[in-house]
Amino acid sequence: MDQLFNRKYIVQGLFIVIALILLGKLFYIQIISDKAFSSAESNVLRKIYKYPARGAILDRNMKVIVQNEPVYDLMVIPNEVKPFDTLALANALEITIEDVRKKLKKARAQSTYQSTFFERQISVQSYARLQEIMYRFPGFRTQDRTIRHYPDSIAGQLFGYVKEVSPDDIEKSEGYYKPGDFIGKSGLERSYEDFLRGEKGETRILYDAKNIAQGSYANGKYDVNAVSGDRLISSLDIRIQRLGEELMKNKVGAIVAIEPSTGEILAFVSSPGYDPNQLVGKDWGKNYMSLIANPYRPQIVRPIAGQYSPGSSFKPVDALVALQDGAIDPNTTFFCPGYYMAGNHKVKCEHVDGTINMQRGIARSCNTYFCHVFQSIITKNGMKNQRQTYANWHAQIAKWGFGQKLGIDMPFEKKGIFYQGEHYDKIYGKRWGYTTVISQAIGQGEITSTPLQMANVMAAIANRGYYLKPHLIKGIGDKNVVKKEYVVKNYVGVDEKYFPVVINGMRDAVNSPWGTAKESQIPNIIMCGKTGTVQNPHGKNHSVFIGFAPMDNPKIAIAVIVENGGYGGSYAAPISSFMVEKYLTDSIKPRSNGYTVKAFSETNLLPALIDKTKKLKLTKLDSLNLKKADSLKRVKDSLKIKPAILKQTVATKPKAKQPVVNQKPVTNK
Amino acid sequence: MMQQQGNRFFFNVDWITVLIYIALCAVGFINVYASIYNPDKAAGFDFSSSYGKQLIYVITGLILGLSILLFDGRLFNVFAPFIYGATLFLLVVVLFVGRNVGGNQAWIPIGSFRLQPSEFAKFGTALLLARYVSTFNPKFRDIKSIVIAGLIVLAPLLLIMLQPDTGSALVFLAFMFPLYREGLSGYFLLIFLGMIVLFVADFLVPTYILIIILTTIGGLFIYNNRRKQKIIISTVLVTIIAIVYLFVVKIAYEKVLAPHQRSRIELMLGLKADNKGAGYNVIQSQIAIGSGQATGRGFLQGTQTKYGYVPAQSTDFIFSTVGEEWGFMGCSVVIGLYMFLLLRLINLAERQRSTFSRVYGYSVACILFFHVFINIGMTIGIIPVIGIPLPFISYGGSSLWSFTILLFIFLKLDSNRMGFI
Repeated sequence: MDQLFNRKYIVQGLFIVIALILLGKLFYIQIISDKAFSSAESNVLRKIYKYPARGAILDRNMKVIVQNEPVYDLMVIPNEVKPFDTLALANALEITIEDVRKKLKKARAQSTYQSTFFERQISVQSYARLQEIMYRFPGFRTQDRTIRHYPDSIAGQLFGYVKEVSPDDIEKSEGYYKPGDFIGKSGLERSYEDFLRGEKGETRILYDAKNIAQGSYANGKYDVNAVSGDRLISSLDIRIQRLGEELMKNKVGAIVAIEPSTGEILAFVSSPGYDPNQLVGKDWGKNYMSLIANPYRPQIVRPIAGQYSPGSSFKPVDALVALQDGAIDPNTTFFCPGYYMAGNHKVKCEHVDGTINMQRGIARSCNTYFCHVFQSIITKNGMKNQRQTYANWHAQIAKWGFGQKLGIDMPFEKKGIFYQGEHYDKIYGKRWGYTTVISQAIGQGEITSTPLQMANVMAAIANRGYYLKPHLIKGIGDKNVVKKEYVVKNYVGVDEKYFPVVINGMRDAVNSPWGTAKESQIPNIIMCGKTGTVQNPHGKNHSVFIGFAPMDNPKIAIAVIVENGGYGGSYAAPISSFMVEKYLTDSIKPRSNGYTVKAFSETNLLPALIDKTKKLKLTKLDSLNLKKADSLKRVKDSLKIKPAILKQTVATKPKAKQPVVNQKPVTNK
Repeated sequence: MMQQQGNRFFFNVDWITVLIYIALCAVGFINVYASIYNPDKAAGFDFSSSYGKQLIYVITGLILGLSILLFDGRLFNVFAPFIYGATLFLLVVVLFVGRNVGGNQAWIPIGSFRLQPSEFAKFGTALLLARYVSTFNPKFRDIKSIVIAGLIVLAPLLLIMLQPDTGSALVFLAFMFPLYREGLSGYFLLIFLGMIVLFVADFLVPTYILIIILTTIGGLFIYNNRRKQKIIISTVLVTIIAIVYLFVVKIAYEKVLAPHQRSRIELMLGLKADNKGAGYNVIQSQIAIGSGQATGRGFLQGTQTKYGYVPAQSTDFIFSTVGEEWGFMGCSVVIGLYMFLLLRLINLAERQRSTFSRVYGYSVACILFFHVFINIGMTIGIIPVIGIPLPFISYGGSSLWSFTILLFIFLKLDSNRMGFI
């Protein structure tokens, strides 16, 4: 023991300090930080995904309308690629050698050790060629999956399209979707994505440092098989869907047909349409751009996104609400001198009907009659209480679905315009009354609705007082699950007893010599309906028809809008009659007036493009609803100029529509 | 008489140390087995495989160690110069006939067996140093004794540098501690520490800032001792030397170190990120160890180590297997075993009556300490990659045997501690 003995403690102390440093770092990398753990997983684990088949969609007669088709992707793991015969691969894929190099570079940039797309959806021929020579390209493999196929090539907007997920989708799904997954982007593919997509399968495979597979991870404990998506049964009847698209060729507009007793949508035509198969597969980009570039904007789903003034087709609702209110009774008559004076503004009627009752007023679509009806409703509690009465009336009309989304199982539904009294308070203060909003009496001006809403109104009238939520899918999966909300009756607040007179009027509109749609009479079938001719400030009026058939125990309610089609009786009503006849009898009998599907299908009513030298821009399509409600706009303008004569200006605003008078048979151009 | 001697022999050997030794060898075998293990070829025990060989090394090592206990301890004192001379001779020979493995001319092939002289140079040096200190009892207050002790250590160190096996050479710095224990001024350790700190700082901080810092410290020191001329002069000298050192380091770093050594240092200091090249080992080793988390993936369950993500898995990076399969708990146990061994060795050394045994004991403890610190430090990225084995655990006969000889000679000396050598 010498005096240097104490140095032992220095040496031992140093040992301990160093040991603590080592343990400290170990504690950090093993326990505090989990970076190493995830790096380790990504080192050895590769997930091989098995893509499920998307659910098929059938129509109401169990005909397949959306199915899957196998396609093959060529995948590559850049690290495993050895020098290979670039030319042979290029030839097999029918691309150039430069492309091969470019694609390889791109894949490498994405990941060097994960399987990445080299070429998506190679053709069957390429696939067959590749199979024989695949062994020459180490690091490449083919992967099969399915894409959508639409055998009928119709109803593009309805089905929507499926596309590889965007980074946005991945973020929104909170990690459910992975790059390379597919997702329904619009239409039914979007709204039923959760059912259609199925569940992705996954195999976890361990790889060693040389990137050689070493077998499954944890004996396949975490492996999952792919589960196919649910099959959906659509309410569509593909026969009349096809007929509808045929009839609407070269026209802008929409058809919606509903089975009143169930709310099931039988036809959902948006025109111009496109072939949904265009938006499948690798040509998506090209085809989508050409769709977008089409000036008639086929990408717009007009049945739910086109907003049109209902025009005269609004009159039955008007009448029913008035009857329910007791503002008038079915025998109330008004005198029609050929016009109606709203304040000092004249609402024109195209014909002089003299003394006219409700049934005839509907059949002849008399503007005067319905202006009086509207006046009776709004003023029934006295001139002072008009605005309060308007609020009640608004609530009653809203029950029919105006101004709100019906909640159809399609994305991007519009609700249309239907202003509450507060809206007018803001513009006119307290100084407004029935004359201010008189245009609503005849469904013009500040009221718009989607074709779906109009068809739904017809379904409610056909049911004598209620509707079921319109929907496109009536059964989900093998058990044909029906959503609960689709069996609930939504009452519109009008007693059944008030319907006959209105329905009789609608019957006369089609089936009497004085009806506005008499040219659309269907042999052996009583169709009830109402024409509408919607004022279009940008061009020719829009032709509207709503109706249902047969009169008793109705099977189909329908709304048809043909933009720039003129009178409701000219195009919309005949088209409806063909649709109804086809649905009810599965055939179309020759008509006494010589109307044929072929003639209507060949008629071109596309509005002219304004200036071909500039960007393709066409006369505003009403369905795009780019304009403000016209009367409103004018009032605002006038406010700027002469606030003092406001009321007068306002009174001149509602525009008379031109009802159909003894319309001549339409000669098909 | 013979009977009595046998009893005394058994009593006097420190069996606790032997147990720790056996425990560490067992840990080694298990982890070598795990790192070689291939689930597809798991049938039966294969003596031609690495773990089979390791088992043979462990058994022969144990026999070797026990037979050392039968020697007369005095022989080591007597033969120390010859053993040292022989290892120096081998170190020279290896430079000419050596097999080049991994860039180092470190191996002498003898039949199917390969001898690594640098491993044996460690105990040769330890023996001679102990002999020198015990014979001349220098207190290292004079230049002469420091130079002699320095030469004893530096001769093998430089020969090993020529191979070039920097890692093994660095281990010889461990001899500073026994010398320190025997009277070498603590300033040497401080200077050494200072050199390392300045070396590292030189890379992380711009040189001019270091110069300012050094001058400031020197200035303050002079100000505090402004009456003492001697201190002022030596402070000025030290500061100037330190500043010169900064520049020498920079130049030496560029000129002397090989590119792979430079990149290892830069990686460790975080100046360079390299996942694929030189940094691959360290990153993969850290991933493997880190992924073990608290309790590890379990025996034979390590994916990183089993699937070859960590190079030199069974040898220099064996600790990554420990880390991955046994987690923080396993690592703590291993480090705990080492610490127990090292602290015990120091205590054993201190109980020696003979200076020879004490110096030798310190040498053994410090050499083991350097190996453990550098090896584990390297696998977890706090020391640049220096390829030296983890004592008793890394795969390999040469290293296991040389550590066994190193340790058991001391145990033999310790068992003789009551006698005078």
